[in-house]
Amino acid sequence: MSDINLTKLIFGRLTLEAIPYHEPILIGTFAMVAVGGLALLAAMFKFRLWGPLWRDWITSIDHKKIGIMYMVLAIVMLLRGFSDALMMRAQQAFAFGGNAGFLPPHHYDQIFTAHGTIMIFFVAMPLVTGLMNYVVPLQIGARDVSFPFLNNFSFWMTTFGAMLTMASLFVGEFARTGWLAFPPLSGIMASPDVGVDYYIWSLQVAGVGTTLSGVNLIATIVKMRAPGMSLMKMPVFTWTALCTNALIVATFPILTVTLAMLSLDRMVGTNFFTNDLGGNPMLYVNLIWIWGHPEVYILVLPVFGVFSEIVSTFSGKKLFGYTSMVYATVVITVLSYLVWLHHFFTMGSGASVNSFFGITTMIISIPTGAKIFNWLFTMYKGRIRFDVPMLWTVGFMVTFVIGGMTGVMLAVPPADFVLHNSLFLIAHFHNVIIGGVVFGCFAAINYWFPKAFGFKLDEFWGRISFWCWLVGFWVAFTPLYIMGFMGITRRMNHFEDPSLQKFFVIAAIGALIIAAGIGAMLVQFYVSWKNRDALRDVTGDPWGGRTLEWSTSSPPPDYNFAFTPVVHESDSWADMKANHYQRPTSGFIAIHMPKNTAAGFIISAFAAALGFAMIWQMWLVAGLSFIAMLASIIIHTFNYKRDFYIPAEEVVRTEAAHTRFLESHV
Amino acid sequence: MSDTIANGAVSADPSARYYVRDHHPENSTLLGFWIYLMSDCLLFAGLFAAYAVLGRNYAGGPSGAEVFELPTVALNTAFLLLSSITYGFAMIAAQRKSLKGSIIWLAITGAFGLCFLFLELQEFAHLIAEGNGPQRSAFLTSFFALVGTHGLHVTFGSVWLVTLMVQLGKHGLTPENLRRMMCLSMFWHFLDVIWIGVFTFVYLMGVLP
Repeated sequence: MSDINLTKLIFGRLTLEAIPYHEPILIGTFAMVAVGGLALLAAMFKFRLWGPLWRDWITSIDHKKIGIMYMVLAIVMLLRGFSDALMMRAQQAFAFGGNAGFLPPHHYDQIFTAHGTIMIFFVAMPLVTGLMNYVVPLQIGARDVSFPFLNNFSFWMTTFGAMLTMASLFVGEFARTGWLAFPPLSGIMASPDVGVDYYIWSLQVAGVGTTLSGVNLIATIVKMRAPGMSLMKMPVFTWTALCTNALIVATFPILTVTLAMLSLDRMVGTNFFTNDLGGNPMLYVNLIWIWGHPEVYILVLPVFGVFSEIVSTFSGKKLFGYTSMVYATVVITVLSYLVWLHHFFTMGSGASVNSFFGITTMIISIPTGAKIFNWLFTMYKGRIRFDVPMLWTVGFMVTFVIGGMTGVMLAVPPADFVLHNSLFLIAHFHNVIIGGVVFGCFAAINYWFPKAFGFKLDEFWGRISFWCWLVGFWVAFTPLYIMGFMGITRRMNHFEDPSLQKFFVIAAIGALIIAAGIGAMLVQFYVSWKNRDALRDVTGDPWGGRTLEWSTSSPPPDYNFAFTPVVHESDSWADMKANHYQRPTSGFIAIHMPKNTAAGFIISAFAAALGFAMIWQMWLVAGLSFIAMLASIIIHTFNYKRDFYIPAEEVVRTEAAHTRFLESHV
Repeated sequence: MSDTIANGAVSADPSARYYVRDHHPENSTLLGFWIYLMSDCLLFAGLFAAYAVLGRNYAGGPSGAEVFELPTVALNTAFLLLSSITYGFAMIAAQRKSLKGSIIWLAITGAFGLCFLFLELQEFAHLIAEGNGPQRSAFLTSFFALVGTHGLHVTFGSVWLVTLMVQLGKHGLTPENLRRMMCLSMFWHFLDVIWIGVFTFVYLMGVLP
């Protein structure tokens, strides 16, 4: 008897049954992951990469490296999230009438939940967080963020959250509830297995990281700007980053507390969202959308900043209407908090409440429209260069305007009653998220890649990738708009009516075109790396940029700027170039920098262990991981030696190397 | 040459107005901690909102008027408020550069914190023993969640307090330690403010008919 209890104490409800060896798709995936993983491990040993990986990356507190790691995480998770999308498109293209398709509902429901969760939390979020991490300190002339250790910790919390989600693929299962896990479906009665717990704990672990990275970037932007850079001289991307991080800090705690309540309902038997004993499931829906709606602006605002930088650089002009751009950003930030109820007009709050939220939603289209006009007027009479970043930008403007207009349609409550939960909604939000966030992040990758790695990305494959995405997007989602008007609902894994099949087949073809776009992007990375000598950016300013990140070398030295820049105008680098700025070549002094630390990785690893143990109710392991986590935090606080000086000689060497490099390529 | 850069303002080099040789940005710890506290405040806002929605859903169970014992809660409140004052004394002692004084006042603060936690746990144990645990009704669910989360914060604050006392003993009143004292001070007072909300909104208004 005591043996059984001990097993239960250690393993909780984890048994061999939890390994899905009876699912051929998962076994195949696992085999592929295992082979790929082993090959990677072997390569790491062969080329002795463990030491450099640990020293230069895992424990790094350099904002540039952390930014790059966020991007890598996002691209890896994009492949996972996109394979989910392909499976859904394939299932829906086949499963009609007598054909049940290849995914049973039990599996299909996990796939659409995982697709949404992964794409928002572990693709879009790391993409924008990574961008902000990389670019913001450079744009404001700083040497790092305010709290470099916290930055590393945030990244690892996000990554371990993603790992927990991935673990659900091979150990147990994921939620079958949709990406927001509404109760009572996500309650213990309807979902007694570990799926929802995986969902909750991976988001809790990642959410802590996101909140702290928000705090960090706000403090950085407020306190670390170069002398002379007043708020209204900040680059627009930094402005949007400031607003986004304000939104992160103002909303992620709500997500944390809401998921904690759901978790208590499931584990302790409390009655927040239950149907009996006074619980109220609609409370969950309200709370989660109070987080969820600002979340979409968290994703899209930085991307608006990206487009502003790109449009003005590639039009060779100052951004049209800088002030109105800043105000539009701030207005969107505030309004994003006042619209959450439009996600559930059908709750039945009554005409006045629905009208209020319908109107606030429509008002958001005004500052957004102002932004579109600002970009258009920046291009007007500009000397436009259609490099790849600019292509994404123009593709975005066309696509996003249509997505925005379907959004305004959904904001009309009577129309929403018809379109709620239909494929129209699916088409709408993919239209703004792919057409906005994804296009924007790819534009940003093409734009800032030379800064980060010292060589440009290949133009040809970049164009292929862009056109595949743009065409693929419209082929995949136009049928969904049409079917939405016909009243077809989302999240179905089988349809009876064979007349719908042609639409789903077209949508599946669109998804395949997008797959080609993703493939082209990977080829683009490889080809660019292979031709890196020919694509080398020697100047540090390959596009004729206008902001401070282009004033330093590509890639920037560890300390970013040997001397802190002083700002006199907005678009400060353009101002410096106009005044024939000469880079200083002597007089360098030692530079004060933060030291690398393993604490962030270790604490996050224990947090993930705690999450895993809580999912499987391994109370002993959970207790131990919690104590270990707390202990490692406390031990970290006893470390008072967190900084060092880069000696002046080393700065002299680095800068002299850059000078030689510049001269050799004149 | 290095002199011309050091005195960039008077240099003939027109580029010199575009950089400074040595720049020390302000320390942002206190601002960062403020922002963190505001995020924590929103966490409580979520719990307050849940209590506002669920706080009168008794589901046939007891109401606040039936289970709250105001005298105990008043004592509890007094403990917490006093602990804030004693933390203030610790800060004053630190400003007077009295290491011993700050540690003693911090210890007193911690003692008040523990008294608060003891009374709170006793209240919880009593409620659960009577069959009025968090599972009984949505009212009790939201009550336990709100008050319990505050209690958890006080617990973590106390762990931090002990850690800080050890660090003060080890390194003295260094700038780093003063900054940490200031952060914990903000955290501790913040918990007081939250408690004022809990006391008013949950206990005082809860006993109203």
